[in-house]
Amino acid sequence: MTDVYLTGRFVGTITNPVEFLTRIVEERRKGVISSNVNVHYDEELDELHVENGKGRLRRPLIVVRDGRPMFSEGVMKKVEEGQVSWEELVNTGVVEYLDAAEEESTLVAFSEEYLTPEHTHLEMAPFDMFGLCTSLVPYSNFSAAQKVNTGSKNQKQALGFYAANFMVRMDMDVSLIYTPQRPIVRTIMHKLSNYDKHPSGQNIVVAVMSYRGYNMDDATVLNKGSIDFGFGRSSYYRPAIAEELRYSGGLIDEICIPDKEVKGYKSEHDYRFLEGDGIIFPEAKVAEGDVVIGKTSPPRFLSSMEQYNLAAESRRESSVAMRHGESGIIDLVIITENGEGNKLIQVKVRDQRCPEIGDKFTSRHGQKGVVGLIVPKADMPFTASGIVPDLIFSPHSVPTRMTIAHLIELIGGKVGALAGRYIDGTAFDAEPEEAVRQELLALGFRDNGVETMYNGVSGEQFKVGIFIGNMYYLKLKHMVANKLHSRARGPVQLLTRQPTEGRAKEGGLRLGEMEKDTFVAHGAALLLKERFDSDKTRIPVCEECGLVAVYDEFKKRAYCPICGDNAEINFIEIPYAFKLILDEFKSMCIYPKLVLKNKY
Amino acid sequence: MTKERDYETRLPEKLAKEIRRILPSSASKKKISEIAGEVYREYKDMKVEPGEAVGIVAAESIGEPGTQMTLNTFHFAGVTEMNVTLGLPRIIEILDGRRLITTPTMEIYLKKEYNDKEKVRGVALSIKEAHLSEVTSEFSINIPEAKIEVKLDRGKMGELKISESVLLKALKRVGKTISVDIKDDLLIFKIKKGKEEKGISEVYRIKEKLKATHISGVKGIPHVLPVKKEREYIILTAGSNLKKVLELKEVDATRAVTNDIFEIESTLGIEAARQAIINEVFKVIENQGLNIDIRHIMLVADTMCVNGRVKGITRYGVVRDKASTLARASFETPINHIFDASLKGEVDNLNSVIENVMLNQPVPIGTGLPGLVTKVRDA
Repeated sequence: MTDVYLTGRFVGTITNPVEFLTRIVEERRKGVISSNVNVHYDEELDELHVENGKGRLRRPLIVVRDGRPMFSEGVMKKVEEGQVSWEELVNTGVVEYLDAAEEESTLVAFSEEYLTPEHTHLEMAPFDMFGLCTSLVPYSNFSAAQKVNTGSKNQKQALGFYAANFMVRMDMDVSLIYTPQRPIVRTIMHKLSNYDKHPSGQNIVVAVMSYRGYNMDDATVLNKGSIDFGFGRSSYYRPAIAEELRYSGGLIDEICIPDKEVKGYKSEHDYRFLEGDGIIFPEAKVAEGDVVIGKTSPPRFLSSMEQYNLAAESRRESSVAMRHGESGIIDLVIITENGEGNKLIQVKVRDQRCPEIGDKFTSRHGQKGVVGLIVPKADMPFTASGIVPDLIFSPHSVPTRMTIAHLIELIGGKVGALAGRYIDGTAFDAEPEEAVRQELLALGFRDNGVETMYNGVSGEQFKVGIFIGNMYYLKLKHMVANKLHSRARGPVQLLTRQPTEGRAKEGGLRLGEMEKDTFVAHGAALLLKERFDSDKTRIPVCEECGLVAVYDEFKKRAYCPICGDNAEINFIEIPYAFKLILDEFKSMCIYPKLVLKNKY
Repeated sequence: MTKERDYETRLPEKLAKEIRRILPSSASKKKISEIAGEVYREYKDMKVEPGEAVGIVAAESIGEPGTQMTLNTFHFAGVTEMNVTLGLPRIIEILDGRRLITTPTMEIYLKKEYNDKEKVRGVALSIKEAHLSEVTSEFSINIPEAKIEVKLDRGKMGELKISESVLLKALKRVGKTISVDIKDDLLIFKIKKGKEEKGISEVYRIKEKLKATHISGVKGIPHVLPVKKEREYIILTAGSNLKKVLELKEVDATRAVTNDIFEIESTLGIEAARQAIINEVFKVIENQGLNIDIRHIMLVADTMCVNGRVKGITRYGVVRDKASTLARASFETPINHIFDASLKGEVDNLNSVIENVMLNQPVPIGTGLPGLVTKVRDA
């Protein structure tokens, strides 16, 4: 007896599972049972699972009978003439969708030439095994699988034309590239996914060579001229949002130019862009610290007196200002109401981003790199015909990673650019390298893509030929402008008095446990002490009881709250964090007595 | 200037010998002492200077290559059939000072006269621990008579060289309430009736006990494997019992080795245990193809053994022995240490490194170590 489960729930038993299974499959192919149903018989557990629930990954395959695909010449003709739709193919058992479980009991042929009578299904197309993004990698069957994978992942991070209504959208942290182009070397997926309507890269001339060591270790060298012509130029958008919140007691935030009496008033200069309503105007050029939306809030804790005195001096400043290190131009101001009926201000800030040293670029083959140097056009190497590369790619990036597709795309792009046509690079079904090379030869170039080049600085001819061609390059969303960070002094945490953490809070860079060990290992005792001085404090200690004493700033006198005025009190220098741990000990009823001793 | 043969006393013995060995006998005394002086200078340069942070340097020197160690080791397939824990898990096991190691093994060398394929096999079999269940084929319980009948496997007995008398002697040790009889191939155990009636479950319990009765061989060594190492036959074992193995007359006691450090400690003493820690850790490091100076490991082994007993680098081991409360608290379970110190009224004199880091004082290491001897006069 075989147990039968319907979408994971036990429904009954049957005696002949194989017959049962075949029947379901047959009926499904006839279109009697929904094509959404999948069956799987687990011989080991003697269980038959029928699935029709949601959330299963399924993929279409051509049904094969006796070694012959159901998608015959005749059917193909009908499809071409438009007589048969996809639904009809599914309902007539030409094509069926399989889920992961049912796939276990099938034998799928990779392509028609491999078909044997044992096969049950045929792959629709070889590139069908890839997902959308991976199919966008041209010549991917020539690269290592792992690199195709990274290449496909990198494409998701590329800046492009992400939405046609970008002007009115309030997206967080997005970029738009200025002149996106269709790739010259493309795959069938570019057509199927309408990639031409929202491209995200640019076709540029790439030379594979080193340039004064500035493209070591996956770095790339960019041509300043290309940047000036618009390569990799993008807009970065970030919204600033303020809401007039309502508090208990009828108190409310107010969007306005803050009064000078307000607690935490910045400076007149900081509010200079605000118009009468307390909101900035479009096309204002703002820089770090400039207020975008002026706002004041009621005091946090109302004392009995203040309740009746809600004058400006009791309110506190809560404006939205440009973040540390950010600048831009006000793009769009929206004044609306949110779901709770509160006044809501949204301001979009636009910032033009030209490629700079540290920005990340990639081809579609997982060959990502960071800009190491931007070279004036005049100093770039050039070919005999006067072509100057837009980007110089390091040859050392190829051998260990075996991204052959990268090299083929370079030749393909060159042919496409010269012949004025697109090159098909669909995986397993691309224009053969040999044919592309022959075409390049016919166009009057060396078939291996190598050209004689000249040093842009001295004009000397390079002793070796340089592999140069056209490629589709993507600018990735990781831009240095969003990551650059340094600090000498800055904000500290309230509790520990140690520097804050993170770029957004202008934080310090932690010298951690292991880093500390390296100082000790070098015996650099005083350097270590200096590095850990960030929360240094001077505290009075009572010699009698060994606890922290009090210093009266008015009387300029220290006293001990336990031992009185006459106790001997001395000052010690310790990290504030240590004073904090002493306090914590006291809270645990542990008496941390300090015994002072003069060092000298 | 160094006096003649002065180097003999100032240089370590090994270096002095080396000099004498390398220099031709015709070398004049003056030449020798000149060279020795130079060697002494080099030697002094190589010495660790006072204030060098040897502990942290050792920790970093072991820790950094340790990150490259393969976490799991490959399992040997086929002939060797011995699978010993290696790699990071083994190092952790040693340095934690675990009493029960996952794969105890021994490498037993034999005396010269036993260095022969057949003899080694014989010795190996005699070492291998045998239980009653291994030399018998059938256990049956005679319920009405409260008897257990066991069928002997003569073939197995011959293989393991166990005679009837040895068997009976071993079985007599099982307990006073059981009497043993032998009839042809049948062992008959009778349970002597005591004051209370023994139930069937009791008989069953005794049967299980009998199955596991140790008959011959060394306890704790369930598997043996004679192998040829270079020109010698040695015995590898799974399981370890150093004390018993050293007592065997066939074994070359000077070379028998176990990987169980605590067994070495209890049979051979703390110095041997220290050497065992060094050997075992170094074996793993070599096996992983890493290059760590042995002196770092020696320092760790020394730390583990200073108190005369092997202690792990854990909060129960060497860390517990630290003098400073703050130092102990900075390593795992701080609250316990603070409460404990509070109960005992401990005083922390801030003599070591970590306490001084916590108070941001110069650490007494390197440039922070030297102090001023002269007293500063009061103004």
